[in-house]
Amino acid sequence: MAQEALAVKTEELTRVFRLRKREAREGRREILALDRVNLEVPRGELFGLLGPNGAGKTTLIKILATLLAPTSGRAFVAGVDVVANPAEVRRHINMVCGGETSGYGLLTVEENLWMFAQFYGIPSREARRRIRELLSLVGLADRAKTKVYHLSSGMRQKMNIVRGFLTDPEILFLDEPTLGLDVQTARTIREFVRNWLREHPDRTILLTTHYMHEADELCDRVAIIDRGRILACAAPSELKHMLQREAVFRLYVEGVADARAALDGMPGVRALAQEAEDGRLRLDLILAEEGVLVSVLSRLQEAGAKLAELRKEEPTLEDVFLALVGRRLTEGTP
Amino acid sequence: MRRLREAWQGFKVGTWLGWQIESNWTEPFLFAIYSVIKPVAGVLILVFMYLVVAQGGLQNPLFPQVFLGTTFYLYVVNVLSGISWTVTDDREHYGMLKYAYMAPMHFYGYLLGRGMAKTLVATISVLITLAFGIVFLRVQLSFRNPGLLLVGLPLGLAALAFYGILLAGVSLLIARHGWMVGDVVAGGLYLLCGTAFPLSLLPSPFRALGLGLPPTYWLEALRRALLGQGLHPELSALSDAQLLLILTGATVLGIALSVGIFRAAERVAARRGLLDMQTMY
Repeated sequence: MAQEALAVKTEELTRVFRLRKREAREGRREILALDRVNLEVPRGELFGLLGPNGAGKTTLIKILATLLAPTSGRAFVAGVDVVANPAEVRRHINMVCGGETSGYGLLTVEENLWMFAQFYGIPSREARRRIRELLSLVGLADRAKTKVYHLSSGMRQKMNIVRGFLTDPEILFLDEPTLGLDVQTARTIREFVRNWLREHPDRTILLTTHYMHEADELCDRVAIIDRGRILACAAPSELKHMLQREAVFRLYVEGVADARAALDGMPGVRALAQEAEDGRLRLDLILAEEGVLVSVLSRLQEAGAKLAELRKEEPTLEDVFLALVGRRLTEGTP
Repeated sequence: MRRLREAWQGFKVGTWLGWQIESNWTEPFLFAIYSVIKPVAGVLILVFMYLVVAQGGLQNPLFPQVFLGTTFYLYVVNVLSGISWTVTDDREHYGMLKYAYMAPMHFYGYLLGRGMAKTLVATISVLITLAFGIVFLRVQLSFRNPGLLLVGLPLGLAALAFYGILLAGVSLLIARHGWMVGDVVAGGLYLLCGTAFPLSLLPSPFRALGLGLPPTYWLEALRRALLGQGLHPELSALSDAQLLLILTGATVLGIALSVGIFRAAERVAARRGLLDMQTMY
């Protein structure tokens, strides 16, 4: 694809964090946060990076936002090299991070946002118009004159979301924008993002999340990332289609605390995740075909497990991740 | 041209934000009282040290020199330390450094703006202290050389601001004790620049060091402008014009050093991932 049609492009992008001696993990003095990442995100796309904590999503966003230098490889935002010309890149982007309490608490919501608009040289009157409009869209209009230190974390995140969209950026980085928020607030934010893109079809959003339903609901395309590597990249429906020929089952068993020993390495078992739930063991299984289930149940019975419940599931992005990585999104990066 | 506009934008918004942070933490009435009490308390400590510890008299010709040096030193603390503290404060406390940094405004201009706000606050303190000294301590200002004051004061302030940005660059690279950088440097300057006593009282290596520091010449110029004579015999051979020339040179050097060191610090900080670091220390 031609460079000018791309909002983001990375070529063999790699980032290594060097640790001090006392920070070494299991004798390792380096962490490979990004491993030769190649990505192309066309303009107008809502592109998702889905991966567990520590997968490298935020590292990638930071490099694209000119906050972190890559160790090797190249990255382009709006066709501009982020290392060679960061000042030019900054004219095209904005970023919102979730799960943080940034903002000047002594200023009101309106003052914080107005000041931020001034960072971008937006004329004062236009800034105030946009602030009023966006605050009412996220349901925060009645808090415009409230000092930020009085806001709840959900309200503060709504303000941060407004801060990101206020500058009408060509390319917006949303790094876990709904992290730690209650269901209602997260839903409001997702709805706001969807509507904004509908009204601004030429804008691009790069969203990182470890909530698979968020990626599924919002993104045109999703890249699954783990340990700094892109494992798959396609539309959510296409990713799920990868598992169409396989069978996804959820089982609840009693009488055993660990089923891995019984099922690991068993022919036909593509992936397995287990978790204790209400005194039972929940098993999420991806099988090469439905017929394998009989052998699985028999093996579990031999191990002393008693089947309590069995469900056949439609594949989700979580299952895709499980099939690709061998563990759940929520388990993080070891 | 666009870069210049972005620098001006950064300066304006930095000044506005800095003033809000300095003045907006309490009710205006309390802020006004604090603005008076803080510098007056500072000067009373000096008077106590001078009268009781050093057993000097307020009529001693040394007192106005010491008073003036200490009064204008308020700028050193506020401007030089204040700008370097901005980096630590914005990054660790407000979590906003990364957003300011990745905005298209000129970050260097933004820091200068934050310094301007500190200068405004310090100016209030300096004026109150001067008024207190004139009314209650009978300090007599002769305003012998207003031209020296009008040129020397802003030149010295500009130098302080640029050296403050240099320290802000150092603060970018320091995690847990970034706040100490400005304090340590300001404390050192208090000792070495003849703020509260003549340089001749210092051991010779420290005296030589003091003679190499711009605030020494700045304070001397202000003393000559406001009191009619300087404090340090070592500088008596210099004319007013030579003092200003040295100050100008120090300011130009400050600009060059601060731009060079700050840019280098930015590169290192981006390489190490320090621009958005929040240590929670």
